[in-house]
Amino acid sequence: MMRRIVAPLILPASALFLALITGAVFIVLSSPLVEGSFDLGLPLKAYAALVSGSLLSTNGWIDTLVNASPLMLAGLSVAICFKAGLFNIGAQGQTLIGALAAAAAGAVLATQPVPIAIVGALLAGLVAGMLYGFIPGALKAFTGAHEVVTTIMLNYVAIQVIAWAITGPLLAPGASFARTSDVGSAALPVLLGPTGHHLHAGVLIALATIPIASWILNRSTIGFEVRTVGANPDAARYAGMRPRLLTVGTLAVGGGLAGLAGTIEILGVSGYMPAAYATNIGFDAITVALIGRANPFGVLFGALLLGALRAGAASMQIQAGIPVEMIDILQGVMLFYLSADVIVRRIFRLRKVEGGVDELATVSRSYGGQTTAP
Amino acid sequence: MDALLDVPVLGVLLQLVGYLGAVVVSNGPIILALAAPLTLGALCGVMNERSGVVNIGIEGMMLASAFMGWFAASVAFQSLGPSEPSEFFGITPPLLIGLVAALGTGLLMSLVHAWLSISVRADQIISGTIINIVAVGLTGYLNLLLSKSSPPTAGKFEAFVPPHFLTDLPLVGWLFRMFLAQGPVTMSAIVLAVILQILLFRSRWGLRTRAVGEHPRAAETVGINVIATRYRNVILGGLFAGLAGAWFTLDFGNSFQTGMTNGRGFIALAALIFGRWHPVGAFGAAILFAYAGSLGTAIRTLPPTGQLGDILSAIPPQAFSALPYVLTIVILAGVVGRSVAPAAVGRPYEKEGAH
Repeated sequence: MMRRIVAPLILPASALFLALITGAVFIVLSSPLVEGSFDLGLPLKAYAALVSGSLLSTNGWIDTLVNASPLMLAGLSVAICFKAGLFNIGAQGQTLIGALAAAAAGAVLATQPVPIAIVGALLAGLVAGMLYGFIPGALKAFTGAHEVVTTIMLNYVAIQVIAWAITGPLLAPGASFARTSDVGSAALPVLLGPTGHHLHAGVLIALATIPIASWILNRSTIGFEVRTVGANPDAARYAGMRPRLLTVGTLAVGGGLAGLAGTIEILGVSGYMPAAYATNIGFDAITVALIGRANPFGVLFGALLLGALRAGAASMQIQAGIPVEMIDILQGVMLFYLSADVIVRRIFRLRKVEGGVDELATVSRSYGGQTTAP
Repeated sequence: MDALLDVPVLGVLLQLVGYLGAVVVSNGPIILALAAPLTLGALCGVMNERSGVVNIGIEGMMLASAFMGWFAASVAFQSLGPSEPSEFFGITPPLLIGLVAALGTGLLMSLVHAWLSISVRADQIISGTIINIVAVGLTGYLNLLLSKSSPPTAGKFEAFVPPHFLTDLPLVGWLFRMFLAQGPVTMSAIVLAVILQILLFRSRWGLRTRAVGEHPRAAETVGINVIATRYRNVILGGLFAGLAGAWFTLDFGNSFQTGMTNGRGFIALAALIFGRWHPVGAFGAAILFAYAGSLGTAIRTLPPTGQLGDILSAIPPQAFSALPYVLTIVILAGVVGRSVAPAAVGRPYEKEGAH
């Protein structure tokens, strides 16, 4: 049992270690810009601030969990699509559309009784995300348009939709900047901490989704079919499964999960949505899914890791003067080592680890040529 | 004539055609300038995808090149001091150093992409994602640190001044203004698109590249080195992305802002697909997309009169901004004419018996 949990973590942990070392070299090289002269101790100072801001206090833990919750949901979205041989780069757009729908529903239901308002707003975000995932799914299944391109395009369409909706029909009357009205009673209950810096109930939704997704993927018939389509679409068809339906369904469910990620951000953290809403959840989700090797419990690990990095970034900037963009660098470098696992395996003398996101082969293979519907 | 414009429906359509034309004539130069980074980014995509490698990292390559071009020019400016700009495009030594730095950055990032996708045979889409993430992180990080000392700008290339007798010509004068009153990077985009189109379809290199992108196994059997061809093309493609980056900070603008490419690397990807993986097609798509973008602004600043004005003003400007993305989805889905990627794009190549 222990081996089953630890073994898949060896490669990501090694990649993280190498990324931190690479980051340290980079921090030392850039230290003249931070402090005026080279400082070999600066990486230690930065990483210490990173850890103390995310893991060494109650507030740090709250921040880590609040950051990790939407990453779990969006990370699952990318992960289950990987399992079906689909690359959902559109988690970002689905998150945004989910957030928009939740903000809109929340504003409408703001004065309703709490249970109705919360359930209504959650459903709105979920359904909107599902619809936004359904589009690339249907396009892939029935026209062969590759989901990588369509989801990238839909991400940008989502930005325009939000800019239009929040400066137009959803604009809160009398607000000093373009934003939606407060979600009022649709706000998720506070579990811990002072308002404004609190742990919201969205974390429970995210944590509950992980084992459910794991069970569905690994123990249910539908999960078996999804994995079969991802591993070998032809075999799936000969076995009497319906790859088209599974493609549409998986992307729709993935969209719903990403939509839910945006929803808990709005209902749990900000309580409204500004027109200039900026988030990185959908892109971080790709990293999370790859760190977790498309396995739900791996996603939990990846989301906590990235959530902690994001949570500690602010204190790293304040205490050590290292800009928060360091997290993007670490994230990119870590993905680099995960992809170029030959390097990692040579350094740590690891044997070829089984697993990995094998279904990615299906994703890339379908990119070129006259892609017929699966 | 006026009576014709008052006919219902037909009249509005005629007014629309007239207005669309008027926007081209008055905004021609800016439309072409805005199309340049999209074209160059798409040419980078042509080099990659025609030889069988997906590249969604164009955005990151452009962003990093824009930063390095600006930074190198600024450093050179600080050490060399101000110099008299040449009459031709306002060229100065720091600007040339910046241009070389931008091209070098594009080359270097492409090398990473080539190594990951060709040698390591990692997933090419993830490789592009890595490039995008790292580019955002690195440029944001360094820009924030540098902004504390606010380094001076080295200026930018000047637009060419076409002779008056050309731009004052009736009817076609605006065309000369559109194509000639441009900075060097913008102009090179047009020239490069045409050259690449000819090379790709009329030269030995082009034939080999397309063979590698469509059917690498067959290419290998007739003696083409698939791996080397892919490496060469992907790395050279980085030059186009680097040039696109230089457009941002050395040609169109003269300073760097965090995240300034703002998704244009992805519109370049859209132009590549919309142009059906043809260099000149991509250029046409880039013009169309730049035009759609400027139309949204034109309607606000220079609204058409009458009934047409009421109709166009009712369309939110965001609809025009979203147009490139929507059109790309439509054409990829094959609703109106179909756009198909080279057959071997996305598949790492393994030599026969390499195991």
